[in-house]
Amino acid sequence: MTDLPSADHQALLSIRDLRVNFGDTEVVHGVDLEVKAGERVAIVGQSGSGKSTVMSAILRLLPGSGHITGGSIVMDGFDLTQADDRAMRDVRGNRIGLVPQDPATNLNPSMKVGAQIGDALKAHGLRDRVSRKRRTIELMDEAGIPEPERRAGQFPHEFSGGMRQRILIAIALAREPQLIIADEPTSALDVTVQARILDHLQTLVDDHGTSLLFITHDLGVAADRTDRVAVMLDGRVVENGDPQEILRNPQHEYTRKLIAAAPSVSATEGVARVTARSQGVEKRGALEPILLVQDVVKDYKLRGQRGQTIRAVDHVSFKVQRGATTAVVGESGSGKSTLAKIALGLEQPSAGKVLINGRAFNDRAARKELRRCVQPVFQDPYGSLNPTFTIERLIDEPLRIFRMGDRTSRRTRVADLLDQVALPRNIAQRRAGELSGGQRQRVAIARALALDSELVILDEAVSALDVLVQHQILKLLRDLQEQLGLSYLFITHDLAVVRELAHHVVVMRRGQVVEEGGVEEVFTVPQHEYTTGLLDAIPGASLTAS
Amino acid sequence: MTVVESGHDLGSNRGQIWKSLRSSTLGMVGAGILMLMAAAAILAPLVAPHPPTHVNFGLSYQPPLTRGYVLGTDDLGRDILSRMLYGIRVSLQVGVLSVAIAVVVGVPLGLLAGYWRWLDGIISRLTDLMLAFPFLILAVGLAAINGPSLNNAVIALGVAQIPIMLRVVRGETLRIKASDFVTSAEAMNASGLRIMGQHVLPNCTSAIIVQATVIIPVVVIGEALLSFLGIGVQPPTPSLGIMLSDAQQYISQSPTAAIFPGTAIVLICLGFNLFGDALRDALDPSNANT
Amino acid sequence: MGRFLLTRLWQSAITLVLASIVIFLGIRLLPGDPATAMAGEDASPEQLAAVRAELGLDDPLFMQYMAYMGQVLTGDLGRSTMHGNPVIDMIGATLPVTLLLATYAMVIAVVFGLLLGVLAERQRGRWPEWFANGAALIGLSVPNFWLGIMAILTLAVGLSLFPASGYVPFRTDPLRALYHLTLPAIILGASVMAVIMRQTRASMLETMQADFVRTARAKGLSRIRVLLRYGLRNSLIVVVTIVGLQLGMLISGTVVTEQIFALPGFGRLILDAVFTRDYPVIQSAVLVVTFGYVVINLIVDVLYSVINPKIRVGGGR
Repeated sequence: MTDLPSADHQALLSIRDLRVNFGDTEVVHGVDLEVKAGERVAIVGQSGSGKSTVMSAILRLLPGSGHITGGSIVMDGFDLTQADDRAMRDVRGNRIGLVPQDPATNLNPSMKVGAQIGDALKAHGLRDRVSRKRRTIELMDEAGIPEPERRAGQFPHEFSGGMRQRILIAIALAREPQLIIADEPTSALDVTVQARILDHLQTLVDDHGTSLLFITHDLGVAADRTDRVAVMLDGRVVENGDPQEILRNPQHEYTRKLIAAAPSVSATEGVARVTARSQGVEKRGALEPILLVQDVVKDYKLRGQRGQTIRAVDHVSFKVQRGATTAVVGESGSGKSTLAKIALGLEQPSAGKVLINGRAFNDRAARKELRRCVQPVFQDPYGSLNPTFTIERLIDEPLRIFRMGDRTSRRTRVADLLDQVALPRNIAQRRAGELSGGQRQRVAIARALALDSELVILDEAVSALDVLVQHQILKLLRDLQEQLGLSYLFITHDLAVVRELAHHVVVMRRGQVVEEGGVEEVFTVPQHEYTTGLLDAIPGASLTAS
Repeated sequence: MTVVESGHDLGSNRGQIWKSLRSSTLGMVGAGILMLMAAAAILAPLVAPHPPTHVNFGLSYQPPLTRGYVLGTDDLGRDILSRMLYGIRVSLQVGVLSVAIAVVVGVPLGLLAGYWRWLDGIISRLTDLMLAFPFLILAVGLAAINGPSLNNAVIALGVAQIPIMLRVVRGETLRIKASDFVTSAEAMNASGLRIMGQHVLPNCTSAIIVQATVIIPVVVIGEALLSFLGIGVQPPTPSLGIMLSDAQQYISQSPTAAIFPGTAIVLICLGFNLFGDALRDALDPSNANT
Repeated sequence: MGRFLLTRLWQSAITLVLASIVIFLGIRLLPGDPATAMAGEDASPEQLAAVRAELGLDDPLFMQYMAYMGQVLTGDLGRSTMHGNPVIDMIGATLPVTLLLATYAMVIAVVFGLLLGVLAERQRGRWPEWFANGAALIGLSVPNFWLGIMAILTLAVGLSLFPASGYVPFRTDPLRALYHLTLPAIILGASVMAVIMRQTRASMLETMQADFVRTARAKGLSRIRVLLRYGLRNSLIVVVTIVGLQLGMLISGTVVTEQIFALPGFGRLILDAVFTRDYPVIQSAVLVVTFGYVVINLIVDVLYSVINPKIRVGGGR
């Protein structure tokens, strides 16, 4: 390392030609990256791009058979790849803090949170109980946790996801490290919480002059929040530079694809599409709506507390017009998923009514008939297909249940449906485990269409997919709507994708509708401050505005 | 962003399961032992050199490798090898029958308790009640009522395993019921029984098989124990437990008589345990620890 | 926690009542007339009538059950038809031996099971793991009564390390009592130890791959500290469950262990009663075991709720 460029002298962390293997397979193929003091750098990539592996390599906490095979990771002139465990223990926590991805799994469930923060202090020599406790409470307070004295004695499951993430931030900042690595720190949280937590993390990092290495799959978030972006693909950095510059003028084909697919940054494109689509719908608008939700209330009994109920859905009304899409947007706990179950006739509303084609799920016969009209597509493409069935068996199951056709006619129908969702016919005898996430979601869509259903309930149907795949599935859904005149009830937490599919938007919060209207109205002139908050929280929004 | 495959995918990759099984050395050793034991049990009437109950007082306490009596004779001059072969037959019979009881009763009850929550309370109380009687106490009770017999042993051992099988299936059912493919089936108007039979049961199969391989060695030891105590299989039917009980009486004259039947029990159990471990790893790769 | 305890108490109470009904009816299921069974085949009609009256066999079944429970709750378990002693005294004399043996065995099983389990996880791919795995497999596959016979043959008779049989009451000489019980306790605990070891290892393997373990390591904690504070603590939850499930095996095991080592315990009492058809003893013994088992399981569940904070606060399972 004799020919270091002069800029490297300011670098806090400098990664050169890093190579990482899992077993005998190389997964990171020579990554170069540097983080200067006080700088915020993002690594952007899809799952499997190697971005998390790079992060684990820096901390020397590679899982399983992972090991570094080449290159250097120099921090303050000290090569971490050569450090022994004792030396690394001094680096971890003390000089590099980690904010991990999923707050649900990153805290020890059987240990009080105060003790878990305290451990980070104890590991680096703060032995005195009293001062440790004082510092723990200080850290929790700083991370924005109310009543820190009391809450330090609670267990992780007594905290919400956002609060747990704040605890993890407190742990990362405990020793005021020079570098914070944040590994998708908010991808498991609701959007508004996400924005608050990221803002808070940013403030804390800025206050302490800490450097930040931010790992994310979302180019929009990276662009909003960092000074420099490195895009990773298949274990290599394919693009590295100023975020605005990259978004405006991407050099690598993959980055271009990412930008085109990201719903957050292609909103203008969405507007044109919506306008085009809306014209066709308006002609049919006079007809009776396919789904009418009227004053629906759903109360759940709280387990264990006698007679107490919790109201999941509170006097909600809206409709889905024939051939159109109504999006129901809300964060977790907004009651949107309960609404999906009620629309599918899987739950009975406590009050109010749900009419499909003017009929309610009243008795066995009505249920049977209505379920031919309405079918769901769920979020998790891994969980929504029975792994023991072949694809053919999965798609023709509704036909079997309704005793439609014989073996040959069903086989033909399955082949037609596979064509419709653009899957090759020869996968019919395979099983779901052999397909990719996007392919599985196509199978789920084909199954929903098998009975010639008119209304499809899309319950977070694209939320678990990578951006590029998400883009393709949304396109498929639009095409199918045009060809077959389908109606969609599109339930999502992600306002960004709403614009690509919906004509009509219902915003829900804590079981109530706070805003409702045409998609353009809601996006351009939101009436309720909660909607404004949701819109502001969409990553990359500031960018498209400029 | 890692996506975890669901735990037990029996149907999705049979080829892979076979491959994984075949590649496990210990698992194959277990399978080999089991095949040997099964062969001994099935072929016992053909290969046993002597009738198992043939008494010959002139030839008692013969040491192993005596001419015509490879493993020697017992206090009554009966051929230990022949008795062992028939004993293995009894052990495996009891093992298979008891597991059958546990499966036939436990699996449907587990499915019902897991799928229909209103039945769960009743079935749970029933399970608690069954669990309150350890198998030996059950066997003691049955022996007191009916007199000791092979059938009593099978019933006591099988019934004692019902709650365990039931809990496994109930747990799996709860897990599978929460999955979206069951909700999808419900939205297709599939009946509860159809969902249990076509969606839940096939997805619990591997858990049931694995549990069965855990139960069999427990039951085989249980049978030997009951027969050893005199409340299981009754003489003159040869059972490994009875042979051990007899051998204990004359252990000073002929210690080897206690070694062979015990080894047979250990081999049967080792076979099931080794094979069961390999099977579990093959069916649920997330458990594999290599 | 209060709610959880109440529910659990209520469930245990139901189980106990149901179990007592089953046991009560069990005696009714005796082939032939219970009075004949109790008084003997060659009893005269007058004797039979006396027994019938004494047992209240002419009352309605429900009244008989209530009367029976009334007696049980006041400590009157009847008299042995074989020895004529009060059953309660016979149980009182033998139960402590069995409880001491079972507790001793459980302590051995838990301590060594946990140690070997952690060792096997720590030393993955090295000989301690192979050793621990092998020991566990043998513990699962070897019937403990055979192990007992072999141990007597080698350790007690051959090497004279332990006494082959005999018992010293704990009160007279605690040390010698434990010395006499050591070999039986090891034999009894072996299979339970094997199960605990395997579960500990499996759950440690799983826990040590959990996200929160990596986060703990990222704090700069040493591997051993993470193992103890983060790994073992969560694995203990699994171990307690196993201990509860293994109690049935342990109870069954005491009977045969006492038989082999000639210990004057509860198991011997039951077995002798079965062979002599001493029905009052059998009935009461089964009742005691069942009640004890339900109560111990209740204690295990409460213990479980103490180490698993989710149950303590949430109240549900």
